[in-house]
Amino acid sequence: MSKALIDLIKKNFGAAVLETHSLYGDDTVVVEASAWREVARFLRDSPQVSMDMLTDFTAVDFPEREPRFEIVAHFYSLSKGHRLRLKTRTGDAEGDDAEVDSLCEFWASANWMEREVFDMFGVVFKNHPDLRRILMYPEFEGHPLRKDYPADKIQPLMAYRDVPNIEKVAPFSVDEGMSFGRQTHARNSDDDSRVN
Amino acid sequence: MEPLDQELDEAELEMPTEPMLLNVGPAHPAMHGTVRCVMELSGEVIEHVDVQVGYLHRGFEKMCERGTWTQVFPYVDRCNYVSPMLNNVGFALACEKMLGVTVPERCQWYRMILGELARMSDHLTCDGAMAMELGAFTPFLWMIKAREMIWDLLEEETGARLTHSFGRVGGMASPPTENLKDNARAVTKHILTVVDEVEKLLLGNRIFLDRLEGIGVISQADAVSLGWTGPCLRASGIAYDVRKASPYLKYDEVDFDVPVGTTSDCFDRFMVRLAEMRQSARIIEQACQRMADKGSVNIDDPRIMLPPKQEVYNTIEGTIQHFKIVMEGLKLPAGEVYSYSEGGNGELGFYLVSDGSGTPYRVRIRPPCFLITAGLERVITGAMMADVVPSFGSLNMIGGECDR
Repeated sequence: MSKALIDLIKKNFGAAVLETHSLYGDDTVVVEASAWREVARFLRDSPQVSMDMLTDFTAVDFPEREPRFEIVAHFYSLSKGHRLRLKTRTGDAEGDDAEVDSLCEFWASANWMEREVFDMFGVVFKNHPDLRRILMYPEFEGHPLRKDYPADKIQPLMAYRDVPNIEKVAPFSVDEGMSFGRQTHARNSDDDSRVN
Repeated sequence: MEPLDQELDEAELEMPTEPMLLNVGPAHPAMHGTVRCVMELSGEVIEHVDVQVGYLHRGFEKMCERGTWTQVFPYVDRCNYVSPMLNNVGFALACEKMLGVTVPERCQWYRMILGELARMSDHLTCDGAMAMELGAFTPFLWMIKAREMIWDLLEEETGARLTHSFGRVGGMASPPTENLKDNARAVTKHILTVVDEVEKLLLGNRIFLDRLEGIGVISQADAVSLGWTGPCLRASGIAYDVRKASPYLKYDEVDFDVPVGTTSDCFDRFMVRLAEMRQSARIIEQACQRMADKGSVNIDDPRIMLPPKQEVYNTIEGTIQHFKIVMEGLKLPAGEVYSYSEGGNGELGFYLVSDGSGTPYRVRIRPPCFLITAGLERVITGAMMADVVPSFGSLNMIGGECDR
């Protein structure tokens, strides 16, 4: 479709471009994580590209690959009407050190979507103004969309948060008042102190 | 609205004041879905707000990675549960883009009719609920009654009122019923009457207008930067509609307009939705005229479609074919695809990654109202507490879609 777009990025960031393809008509450019921010800035500011909308931002986990995570962003230009998928790779086999620059300063939509990727995959976004979990609660352990997170994993029960000036106690004991509750898990847990 | 104490000079107040922390939600009647807003109020003005979502997170994207591609349909149903048919069609289109197949013309028209009906039900719910929250209960009941007619029609077509799971890769679960066109025409006629009546009821109402006009304004640049799409973006004057910008199905062959707003306030968002219902009615009428009465709705490819039950029970080939598709799942070629369509709230995207096996490797649903809810902070910061209700209502946050 717009092969010109890919060529333009190759011309400007030749060394940082790892891979390109146009599978199923979706133009894709894979860049080095170190060039992530600069390429994004170019996409927004260059008059030939002028991607004014970051429509989608997500990640994919490939545990057998190194770097492990693929960060995927989809851009759309309202004025030009073209689209582009920009990807980068980050993170070692354990999923640590997954770190890329935040795009919040260029597109406001990056804020929540990066928080979601951080929440679901544990990828850290440098210079993000407000990087905390968004869909999960703060005490959640692990990152659910990683491939090594078991879908049937049970999370430990949380005590009520310590909020000043609120006198409130948990209404039930560990099993939430149900004989079939999560008590087995709590009994096996190393950290019983977290459970009321 | 203006503060009641606007005549008072702050310096004359004797009592020292401090900001008040107010918690709204997650289960507040004016918060449609389950969303929590922690606001810092100075008097009645919102100084800071922290919008917290996630209370309806059910882990759909994780669950999708456990079944087959076809088993994703029930999950997408439960994303935007006010217009599930649009999600069904959107996901089917994504898979078909990957497979490189196009459904027969009859199915494309069928999908358009059902999809536009679903869009109408989405807009009816949003506008109705918005009016109700501002005290106008009658329009709400009328609109919900009209929505019920849509759901009756969809029940007749699909067997389920709400979560149809009716889309299939390469077609639909069953062909249209004989009465589809008559029913669709009758329903749209009734809805257009309701839309006219609601307009008459509300647009002459000073209280209603005062609470919407000039409230919840967002600049065009902000709306684009926030990734807003759908009626909320169009209310800010940008005529971006996926159905026009990159037509799918038969949207390039039908005649319809894209209504846009001018001031990007709650009133514009309300009116854009009303106008879109009229356009949907136009599309439905044209689709009814052009959809053939006979012919297959499913593509003819034994690798994708389940064989007819008659063959499954009576021939060994049919049984094996059925078994392979059900047990191993539909095989999508390895690779990645991003497919987008116009959902009830805006661009509904599906980013699919396949490893060539019958199980999805990654299904990312790009929910339009996740990004719209992200903009709520900008919309209500600096506004009055009472403006939160119409602002939030006009954004049409659907919890299931936002949190997935």
